[in-house]
Amino acid sequence: MSLLTIFYILAAVTLATGFMTVISKNPIHSAIYLVLCFFSIGGHYLLFNAQFLALVHIIVYAGAIMVLILFTIMLMNLNKENEPIKSIASVLAAVVAFALLCFVMLAVFIKAMPQIENYQSSGQDYQSIKVLGKVLLNEYMVPFEFVSILLLVAMIGAVLLSKKQKTVE
Amino acid sequence: MDSALIIEKGIFIVVIFAITMLMAMYSTLAERKIAAWLQDRIGPNRAGKGGILQPLADGLKLFAKEEFMPDTPNKFLFILGPAISMTMALLTSAVLPWGDKLEIAGHTVILQATDIDVAMLYVFAVLSVGVYGIMIGGWASNNKYSLMAALRASSQLISYEVAMGLSIVALIMMSGTMSLREIAAQQEGMNWNVFYQPLGFIIFLVCSFAETNRTPFDLAECEAELIGGHHTEYSSMKMGFYLFGEYAAMFISSAILAILYFGAYNYPGMSWVAENWGANMANILGIVVLFIKICFFIFFYMWVRWTIPRFRYDQLMNLGWKMLIPLAIANIVLTGVIIIIADKYL
Repeated sequence: MSLLTIFYILAAVTLATGFMTVISKNPIHSAIYLVLCFFSIGGHYLLFNAQFLALVHIIVYAGAIMVLILFTIMLMNLNKENEPIKSIASVLAAVVAFALLCFVMLAVFIKAMPQIENYQSSGQDYQSIKVLGKVLLNEYMVPFEFVSILLLVAMIGAVLLSKKQKTVE
Repeated sequence: MDSALIIEKGIFIVVIFAITMLMAMYSTLAERKIAAWLQDRIGPNRAGKGGILQPLADGLKLFAKEEFMPDTPNKFLFILGPAISMTMALLTSAVLPWGDKLEIAGHTVILQATDIDVAMLYVFAVLSVGVYGIMIGGWASNNKYSLMAALRASSQLISYEVAMGLSIVALIMMSGTMSLREIAAQQEGMNWNVFYQPLGFIIFLVCSFAETNRTPFDLAECEAELIGGHHTEYSSMKMGFYLFGEYAAMFISSAILAILYFGAYNYPGMSWVAENWGANMANILGIVVLFIKICFFIFFYMWVRWTIPRFRYDQLMNLGWKMLIPLAIANIVLTGVIIIIADKYL
């Protein structure tokens, strides 16, 4: 079994579960299909030998975000099987946002190609966490710090929101 | 060469699987025996000599029980729940180093299924996915008590994962690697991490109790309030899978504790043994030592279970978010400062 076969299987799983996420009427089934979709994307990362990216993807998306989404669905008792049809405007907005994201991703990949060739010619394992950490904390120090501050702000905001509700009660 | 490696790793994985299962099986007996000992009773002693066959009898009983299916529209998810729990409990053993290496007929066998350089993240990924077993099972039971217990258990798991991850960060800073094999190798002799990271070890230990759903954190199966927890509706071997997965998780988590903080397969005088009795003998002794450490932690789990009563839910959350997480962050800062000072002046 070559890598290509594995890629086709993974791609089929990704697409199928992605469609099922959208099509499913039951929100919990939808969420579970999305989890499977994340796992198959993690598999794609592993095919590129990007172990760090695959594991972080699973920890963050499948392990944290989707658990919280499942939580909300279960707590809000959304498991009734009727979902109102969304307005055309929001669907259109979603499509435009997705197209823009694709554009950015394409640009990123095109710009990354010479970098990857550099690493390949010097024989460095550019997927390893050692190289990744050095690049993140040397070349991209400032954006990295900005991202951490952004996350910190979100965390403090969440704490504040939960505190306000307590004083109201 | 390639296929030889695959066969070797395959045999190794099967052996580790069998050992995990055996340890989980006999943990159930040990739990009952230790409970009996602590409560001044005799414990199970009918099946075999001194109750040695009790786990087999238990297993047989669970298999022979009636398979009851609640009236749920999600039959598949109902079966999936215990399957995920069990699988995730077993998956972690793939990255754990069970020993250094053995020389068998001029061929070096590394006693680890796979050595990836992000092994620590792998452990956490498996841990965070394990939550789904409880959540899906509890939801698919179509029972309000199961759902409440599942929500409780999973909020407990994700809360304590945060503190656990933060306590590990300090250890990673100190050892400079995420590979469990290298962390194990660094703790040569009595150079165990527990002496350098005592606070981190205590936080990690408390979080391990919460992650394996053991008393004092076994709120998921708080029978006084929630009947039987997320597995209220389960019967027969599906129920057995949940319980068995818990014991397998306890074994694996004891192994992680021993490997990360208690020197893995290292013991004082290992180099002396290697010089005098040969490297193989030293490494075999290392495996034995690792299993003794694991057994000690399993005993510790049980000792605590039969000594300390259960926390209340708000106490659990307060301990997790207001005590352990700030402590873990303070530990990271402290470790950073000490590493810089040690680099400069020592």
